[in-house]
This record gives sequence, C-alpha cells and structure tokens, in this order.
Amino acid sequence: MSDFSTWDILRNLLIAARWTIVLSIVAFLGGGLVGLGLLLMRTSKSRALRTISRAYIEVFQSTPLLMQLFLLFFGVALLGVDVSPWLAAGLALTLFTSAYLAEIWRGCVEAIPRGQWEASSSLAMTYFEQMRHVILPQALRIAIPPTVGFSVQVVKGTAVTSIIGFVELTKAGTMIANATFAPFTVFGLVALMYFLLCFPLSVYAGKLERKMNVTRQH
Amino acid sequence: MDYLFDFGSIWEYREYLVNGILGTLRLTAAGTVLGLAVGILGAVSRAWKLPGLAQLYAGYVELIRNTPFIVQLFFVFFGLPGLGVQLNEWQAATLAMIINLGAYSTEIIRAGIEAVPKGQIEAASALAMSRFQIFRHVVLRQALAKIWPALSSQIIIVMLGSSVCSQISAEELTFGANFIQSRNFRAFEIYLIATALYFMLALLLRHLLVLFGRHVIARRS
Repeated sequence: MSDFSTWDILRNLLIAARWTIVLSIVAFLGGGLVGLGLLLMRTSKSRALRTISRAYIEVFQSTPLLMQLFLLFFGVALLGVDVSPWLAAGLALTLFTSAYLAEIWRGCVEAIPRGQWEASSSLAMTYFEQMRHVILPQALRIAIPPTVGFSVQVVKGTAVTSIIGFVELTKAGTMIANATFAPFTVFGLVALMYFLLCFPLSVYAGKLERKMNVTRQH
Repeated sequence: MDYLFDFGSIWEYREYLVNGILGTLRLTAAGTVLGLAVGILGAVSRAWKLPGLAQLYAGYVELIRNTPFIVQLFFVFFGLPGLGVQLNEWQAATLAMIINLGAYSTEIIRAGIEAVPKGQIEAASALAMSRFQIFRHVVLRQALAKIWPALSSQIIIVMLGSSVCSQISAEELTFGANFIQSRNFRAFEIYLIATALYFMLALLLRHLLVLFGRHVIARRS
C-alpha cells in the first residue's frame, strides 16, 4: 500500500528543509544582534550590567534548549498572546544563540591586549568609541572562525523546534515516517540533509581557523 | 495579566520529578562512561593513524557532529528496527547518548594526545616502556588533564541534550514534566521547575567534574 517513492520522500523533505534554513537565518541574525548587546553589557564598566549579562548567559547555557522552548511557548501564551510555533521557535532560538555568541565574542574581546584599552582611554575615548574604533575591529577578525563554527549548532538546534509542532526538516521526517512506514530511509535522508547543510559550514570554519593560525605565526 | 501561579499542585506529583532526575542521571552516566571509552579508542585510532579504524572514525565523527542529536535518536529508535535491530526506549536513548558523546570526545581527546610533546614519548620508549605502557602512563593521563575542562563542558551539553529523549518515551526529567503537565495542565509552572532542576543538575555535574579532574585526573601529573 506504500505508494511513496524515495523521490516523493526526498521532495517533501526538501520542501520542509526550507524552514530549517529560514529559521536558522532568523536565529543567527536575531541572536547576533541580541548577543552584541549582551557583549557590550558583559564588557562594560557597570557592575550591574556585567552581572545581568553573565547571569543570562549562565542560565541559557545551563538549561536545555527544549525547556527554553517550552517556557516561551507556554509562558508567552499566559500573557494572552496567541503564540504560533513560528514565534516561539524564532524567539527561543534567538535567545539561545545570543547567549552562546556573546560568550564566544567575549573571549575574542578579551584576547585583545590590555594595552589597547589603556592606549585608547589615554586618548580620552569613551567606552563606545574604544569599542567601535579600537577593540571590535580587531576582535571581529578572531571572532569569525568560531562564529561560523557555532552556526552549525544553530542549524542543529532548529531540530528541537519540531517538538512544539514547527514543521521543519525533523518534524516533516517524523510525519513522513509515520505515513510511509519507512523510518530507516526517512531518518537516514533527514540526517543526510542536515549533514549537507552543516558539513560545508564546519569545513569552512576549520579552514578559516587554520588560515588564522598561519597568519598569526608570521 | 490575571494568571494565578499554582506551584502547590505540582507537589503531589513530586515522585515523577524525582524519577525523572534519576533517569536523566542514569542516561548521562552511561553515556559518559561508555562514550568516553568510544572516544578514547577513536582518539588513539586517529592520532596513531591505525589503518581502517582511523578512516572509519573520521567519517563517524563528521557525521555525528553535523547532524542533530534528536535525528540520531530517531534513527536509532525508529530506523534501526528496519535492519532487524529492535531496541527499547532506554537502550535506544543510551545508545544515542554514547554515539553522540563518543564522536565529540574523540575530537577533544585527540587534540589532547597531539598536544603531548614528542620528546616525552621518545623518553618513555628509551626507558623500554611498551607502546601500551607509554600510552597509559605518559600520554593518556596528560592528555586527559589538559582537555578535562573541554570534556566536562561537552558532558554537560550531552546531559542537557538528553531532554529530547522524552520524545521516544524514555522516562527522564522532561518526560516527567510532560507527564505532570498532561495531568494538571500547569504547563508554565512545571516547565519552570524542570528548567530550574536542570540548572541545578548542570551546576552539580560541573562541580563534580571539576573535583574529579582535580583529584583523579590531575593527580601525579
């Protein structure tokens, strides 16, 4: 009774994979913006801002993404807002991504020698001027390889949103597996498609990292 | 907002949370111990370029690191029966945890092995130590001490990731929370509590791993 060919399965998975890609881009851009804010707080002179940012990062890195997703999905609904899986998925992944990016970027900012801060502050630059003209341009260069590397985690993270009913690659895989009784083929193909999305990013991140190590040795 | 929080109604279901925590710990413990064994074997194969095994491990590591854990879990639980391998939810969840941590720890431990200076291995072999003795006494201990912080973080990530095992009905913490939610419909409260429990588990685990690293792994090196 199974009238699904492998091509049918593949075509439907490809259609759903769009949403994995769109959600990854939304999470990455949103997470980058929020992460930049967290980074500025984390490295600022105000102790309160530093503590808030640190606590935020700690909470998001020490709890499961699935729980964050559930809390947003059910929590925002309490405010009387109708939460679509899209909203919950986009929001949860943005927050999750921002915490990790802020922490990765903090490492890069801290890799900039202290003398750079001291020199720029002796030029009477404000915190934002120091960041904008001296620190961030240098930190950005070292930040690129680990940031590209982390994008793989974002793509993989989108798979968890299938649990709240967001129809992306994994959810589509579950539905097709139920309809075709061919879970081995379906989940094999799903895994392959994630691999095709993530592997080029991993390779690119590795390449950037090696390039950076080579230039640093000279 | 006229929502009234009601944490009291969760107390009567506390045994599901306790069982859930035990389930999560059980998955994490098995995944860590066996996953590290897989990882050590993989790291040795790749660092010593053992023919066949090194290539096999390279493919495995890339495959696992570039696919989501939940898909690996679904493949093991729903897909493997197609090959005649039928696993119950605990076996499938544990196997998926081992496969996942095995791949990450292979890469982490390999980095540690490659960071041990060549001169130490030459010195040890000048003392007529066998290849296995050199590995056990000189290389592995130092490598583990060096990469222990990275490995600890990965173990915690795997513990947090185990929450998706609820999707194949393995009775861990998230499963317990889902069960209570289906009984008393207090979704926000129960997930808040479950999140706090995960947070405490992560802190506790990190603390234990630091202690283990300090007293067992770093000893004598």
